[in-house]
Amino acid sequence: MEAPASEEAGKMDPAQAARQRWMSVLAKAQLSELESAWKEMPQKPDFDWLRAPETGMVMLRARTGGTGSQFNIGQMTVTRCALRLANGSAGLGYVQGRSKRHAELAALFDALLQDGTQAADLEVKVITPLQAQQISRRKEASKKANSTKVNFFTLVRGEND
Amino acid sequence: MAMLSSPGGPAGIGPAGIDIADLKPGLGDPVHDSQGIFRILLEAMARPGKVMQFEGGLDAPTPLDVATTAALLTLCDQDTPLWIDWIADTPPLRGYFSFHCGCPLVERSQEAAFALVSDAENMPRLALFAQGVDQYPDRSASLVIQLSSLVEGPATVLRGPGIRDQTVLKAAGLPDWFWNDWRLNAGQFPLGVDVFLTAGRSIVGLPRTVVVEA
Repeated sequence: MEAPASEEAGKMDPAQAARQRWMSVLAKAQLSELESAWKEMPQKPDFDWLRAPETGMVMLRARTGGTGSQFNIGQMTVTRCALRLANGSAGLGYVQGRSKRHAELAALFDALLQDGTQAADLEVKVITPLQAQQISRRKEASKKANSTKVNFFTLVRGEND
Repeated sequence: MAMLSSPGGPAGIGPAGIDIADLKPGLGDPVHDSQGIFRILLEAMARPGKVMQFEGGLDAPTPLDVATTAALLTLCDQDTPLWIDWIADTPPLRGYFSFHCGCPLVERSQEAAFALVSDAENMPRLALFAQGVDQYPDRSASLVIQLSSLVEGPATVLRGPGIRDQTVLKAAGLPDWFWNDWRLNAGQFPLGVDVFLTAGRSIVGLPRTVVVEA
């Protein structure tokens, strides 16, 4: 999408890296998971929209083999929004697909996670379990794919003499 | 579906990014509000000198008025470089337009498609903005000039397409050289800049075809 992560990683400050990680986890989470996490929040903060949720297209860029020249691989549907909580902290949500509610919840959690007093608590209660679920889903998918893997090999043929 | 202006990378992140914590919200309903505002801007250009009014709420960032903000939010996008005059050129305002319009901000007035002038007394001469070229007269700048009033200033008589006989504009706060420069601007038709004058919720269009009476 933007600059390749590997180039950025060296000069990124830890706060930014942490935020990038939780935004990624929130974006990849399923809406039902986010809804139930939100339901368990003791108090739900008031917020104002800076940018109401909107759906659009983002051009994805890729490189052949990861090193070749860049080309446009295709467009992805993205929903994004920006909001500000009553305490002044602002959150952004960028999610795949057309779910405005997903973008809203991602932005709300992003804003709350930037607030120092709640961050550690939320990290443990929301982000870590979500990430664990995502990893296990991914492992499950890899396992399924792996079981259909076919190894091709050639039998050694005897010499003719 | 609209093409999102800042792909993927959340615009508010990073040292060069925008500090969205201090940002004011833009148009409440971007699609329909900007369509309504565009209609008003078209009418203002079609009827030069007629004072048009913006309805609807908008929390304009300092030092801008509602009309100025509404016009720029509607007109600017990622294909239109915006130039902001020195007094309004503050990080919050740059962030505001980058975030809501996704427009590139330029330092040189000649490179801008739109120019925001909040301090008309000290604005650059009209010749310092893009005038268009003979093959493409549309590659000229449109200026949004914010004034203190559009009804209490010295009277200027306007003629030209879109005006029956003549009309009187009473814009306050324009620099002394403005109407003289305007004659030169109108004289090089089809080249030249177009101007919107704004004050509070009011806006007046001055297309390059307008002729000023001496």
